[in-house]
Amino acid sequence: MTQDTADMAAPAQQGKSLLTQDARTRKRNAAETRFKAYGIAALGFSILFLAVLLFAIIRNGVPAFTQTFVTIEIALPADVLDKNGNRDIEDIKKVSTFGYNPLIEDALVAAVAGIETEVEDGDLKKMLSSSAGAAVRDAVIANPDLIGQTIAFELLASSRVDGYLKGRVTREDLARDKNLDAAHLDLVDALIETGGVARKFNWDFILGSDASESRPEQAGMGVAMLGSVFMMLVVLLLSLPIGVAASIYLEEFAPQNWITDLIEVNISNLAAVPSIVFGILGLAVFIQFAHLPQSAPLVGGLTLTLMTLPTIVISTRASLKAVPPSIRAAALGVGASEMQTVFHHVLPLAMPGILTGTIIGLAQALGETAPLLLIGMVGYIASNYPDGIASGFLDPNSAMPAQIFEWAKRADPAYYERAWGGIIILLVFLMTMNIIAIILRRRFERRW
Amino acid sequence: MLDDKYHVDRAVGTMQDNKITAKNVQVFYGETHAIKDVNVAISDKTVTAFIGPSGCGKSTFLRCLNRMNDTIDICRVTGDIHIDGEDIYDPRVDPVQLRAKVGMVFQKPNPFPKSIYDNVAYGPKIHGLAKTKSDLDEIVESSLSKAALWNEAKDRLHEAGTGMSGGQQQRLCIARAIATAPEVLLMDEPCSALDPIATAQVEELIDELRQSFSVVIVTHSMQQAARVSQKTAFFHLGNLVEFDDTDKIFTNPQDPRTESYISGRIG
Repeated sequence: MTQDTADMAAPAQQGKSLLTQDARTRKRNAAETRFKAYGIAALGFSILFLAVLLFAIIRNGVPAFTQTFVTIEIALPADVLDKNGNRDIEDIKKVSTFGYNPLIEDALVAAVAGIETEVEDGDLKKMLSSSAGAAVRDAVIANPDLIGQTIAFELLASSRVDGYLKGRVTREDLARDKNLDAAHLDLVDALIETGGVARKFNWDFILGSDASESRPEQAGMGVAMLGSVFMMLVVLLLSLPIGVAASIYLEEFAPQNWITDLIEVNISNLAAVPSIVFGILGLAVFIQFAHLPQSAPLVGGLTLTLMTLPTIVISTRASLKAVPPSIRAAALGVGASEMQTVFHHVLPLAMPGILTGTIIGLAQALGETAPLLLIGMVGYIASNYPDGIASGFLDPNSAMPAQIFEWAKRADPAYYERAWGGIIILLVFLMTMNIIAIILRRRFERRW
Repeated sequence: MLDDKYHVDRAVGTMQDNKITAKNVQVFYGETHAIKDVNVAISDKTVTAFIGPSGCGKSTFLRCLNRMNDTIDICRVTGDIHIDGEDIYDPRVDPVQLRAKVGMVFQKPNPFPKSIYDNVAYGPKIHGLAKTKSDLDEIVESSLSKAALWNEAKDRLHEAGTGMSGGQQQRLCIARAIATAPEVLLMDEPCSALDPIATAQVEELIDELRQSFSVVIVTHSMQQAARVSQKTAFFHLGNLVEFDDTDKIFTNPQDPRTESYISGRIG
């Protein structure tokens, strides 16, 4: 066909000037220009969408990293907190959170003493998070010497006050809100002037644990982050060796017959199976059949391993295939065994590709939510960090994407903000993993 | 065909000190009959050239001699190939040991993506030929010297082997092949990727290697065969057409096919 047109075009070309484009050339050039324009437009669109996405994430998520704190001087009288007076830790623990609330109320009354307000003394505590009592009690139990002194405490403001400082809550909103009145906001304004209320970076959002529906100001990602880390450890330790060993066998040793063809087709299909299918498989096999603990990172890791394996096998096989056959021939030619050939020569050359595939697989697993919902990796862990390595794998936990999902489900808009903040943490994790992958690649890549 | 048999038998009969003898070798690639009933005897400390048109099976036959064809699933070899009187296709033979004894140099220079030193030292290392580091250094030096590369490489032993020129790389591959102290060296068109100067260096090297090894070289270039070999085998369409002293093949070929090939009428 091309031959024919070339032959037919040849006589017509004769005698024509090179300085003017003929119709065919113009058409061809126009097509090329159009194609380039499509490409640039596509690129422009994807950059635009990426920019919008990043902008949305940062705009919505960054406020979650700061939190409003109220600083008040709380008197810690010994006759209330330690009736026997011998600083016995068991006695001190007997005073419950409710025992601390009157002290905090007194401190609040003292703090707003000079400010004119219609808020009743008993309602002042609505400005504070309901976790305030527990926070003061924890501090006292940690350091009983505080008893008898007056200490300045930095306590979390309630989520409404926090929302007011972040521009989320207005006085109009509070008209129908029984949690806070507009009068409180006037107080807050006055306290901001004196420095009693301030917005600060909140490490507890990154390191803390989840909190109940009514205290979004207290919730953090820390425990879910640990859950994800333990899961990723399981996924890495299982899927990398199993995936790489399976690929090496299939690529280098297995005979090429219909059985290996069938396996290959099925691995490719598995990579495209929806993750929720792996979730229900994990539920059936690991929890219902093997009776592993529910909501445990071990089970989550096992389930995600199933999901990650095909990705790793496919990318490992591709990078093994990409190693030039001449290297294998060279190694076999000097009398290396097949295994020596693979491990001394082929695998090191395939390593960058294998690592890339593994990191992509892990990143997918890190962001996966659906299978975690099925195996119950959405534990509500409001206080307890896993105690040691073993319980890290076996105790109920959540994972970052599941935690974000949980927060996004909750009604309070303060949780919506935290969901966005959680996404930032998740993305930082993914970026860290990608950077590690790039560093490892650089290290393994042969520059010759 | 009868004619071929005659020459082959005569050649086998007069040969002394045969290193490799092949009898009735057939090679099949799946359904394709690639090598048809080849009989050949290769003597020690000589250079034997395999010539013939592309696809005539000379490389395939060469790769039977160190069982490199084992790595191809669909390839099947029948007949007897003996090295020093031992059948290399005997089930007791481990191809790894065979390949230590029968080294190979490939068409395209294929050094490992490692240093020059590691390229040469790899074979001795995996075969346990060197007990100490100084033994290994010695092997590397002597192999590189034999491959006429020592002077160029001695100052850059720990630089990448792949950073050398094509001719140097091919000599590095030869050094790598002789470092395992083989008895036979198979060369599959070792100069086809090289320029004339590098080719001349490698040819000179082949002539020197004849002192220590039996060399079998596959080549497309009849001039090369005439220059470096003492014996020449002409393959055509999977048959061994003629096998004789190189002088005889090029001056007085017995088979009309050989004659037309070397005079440029076929191939």
